[in-house]
Amino acid sequence: MSTFTLKSDPVLSNRDRELIVATQSGLPLVSDPWAELGKQLDMPADEVLSRFQRMQEAGVIRRVAAVPDHYKLGYRFNGMTVWDVRDDAIAQLGEKVGCLPFVSHCYRRPRHLPYWSFNLFAMVHGISREEVEHKAAQIREVLGDACTGHTILYSSAILKKTGLRLKKQTDKQ
Amino acid sequence: MRLDAADRQMIDSYQRNLPVCERPYEEMARALGLTEEEVIQRLSALQEQQVLSRVGPVFEHSQAGASLLAAVAAPEEQMDLVAARINRAPGVNHNYAREHTYNLWFVMTAPDEDTLEERLDELEHQLKLPMLRLPMVEGYHIDLGFDIDWEALP
Repeated sequence: MSTFTLKSDPVLSNRDRELIVATQSGLPLVSDPWAELGKQLDMPADEVLSRFQRMQEAGVIRRVAAVPDHYKLGYRFNGMTVWDVRDDAIAQLGEKVGCLPFVSHCYRRPRHLPYWSFNLFAMVHGISREEVEHKAAQIREVLGDACTGHTILYSSAILKKTGLRLKKQTDKQ
Repeated sequence: MRLDAADRQMIDSYQRNLPVCERPYEEMARALGLTEEEVIQRLSALQEQQVLSRVGPVFEHSQAGASLLAAVAAPEEQMDLVAARINRAPGVNHNYAREHTYNLWFVMTAPDEDTLEERLDELEHQLKLPMLRLPMVEGYHIDLGFDIDWEALP
């Protein structure tokens, strides 16, 4: 009787959505967070926990974590490194780049020629530009001949940053 | 931001996954050799100082809805205006200024693909700037953080 979402069934029950809304800015920092959420949602604590766990199993919740703000910690330089990688090599090389311990995100995205020729994105953080460049050089090494161009886009300002925002009931507006 | 050894260890151990069980902070406390009360206090303080942006779930957008990375090349003198319009658009949850011709990079979200498309079309029309749409084709490493080099931090 699972109402949980899978790729083929991207519908969350209203109860699940309520739980997402209640937890999207974080879990209550109290001894029994599930009971606390249960009070807000008028749901027994064990139902809160089991819905939460099922969303995790279904992949709706990717992970539960103490998520650090890298900028606040001192990583002032956020470099989006972008690479033009041969299509027949990108799957294998993307995996390798994603495994580098300093890469926080690594995605393949489409090119938009002639405006945009880069198809591999790897996010790198550093306390200086030199550090970011040093890390980019290591990515360059992994990519080898399959890479014909790259650049680094440093962020100069964070203009907006929020997590997933579901609204109560529906998100249509 | 200098953190003490216990805070560092807590972030190292739980920045990727924390236990989802009846008493998560108690279980963390056991592993860290702290009391549950201390763990809760430390997490609260770190969250207060915004060293932790959140203690909780990271949702998979593609499962809870649709999302897409997009970029525009705003003329330098219009950048603030364009950025403000992007921030106001429904569904935008990240917006970064970057040093490049494409100088504004943002993530648009929506409950489903059709709405996402509509929102992007609407925003593109408003901005009167061509929009680079860069959906994720494949993820090789999706926002799992990275090892923090505490000694190197200022």
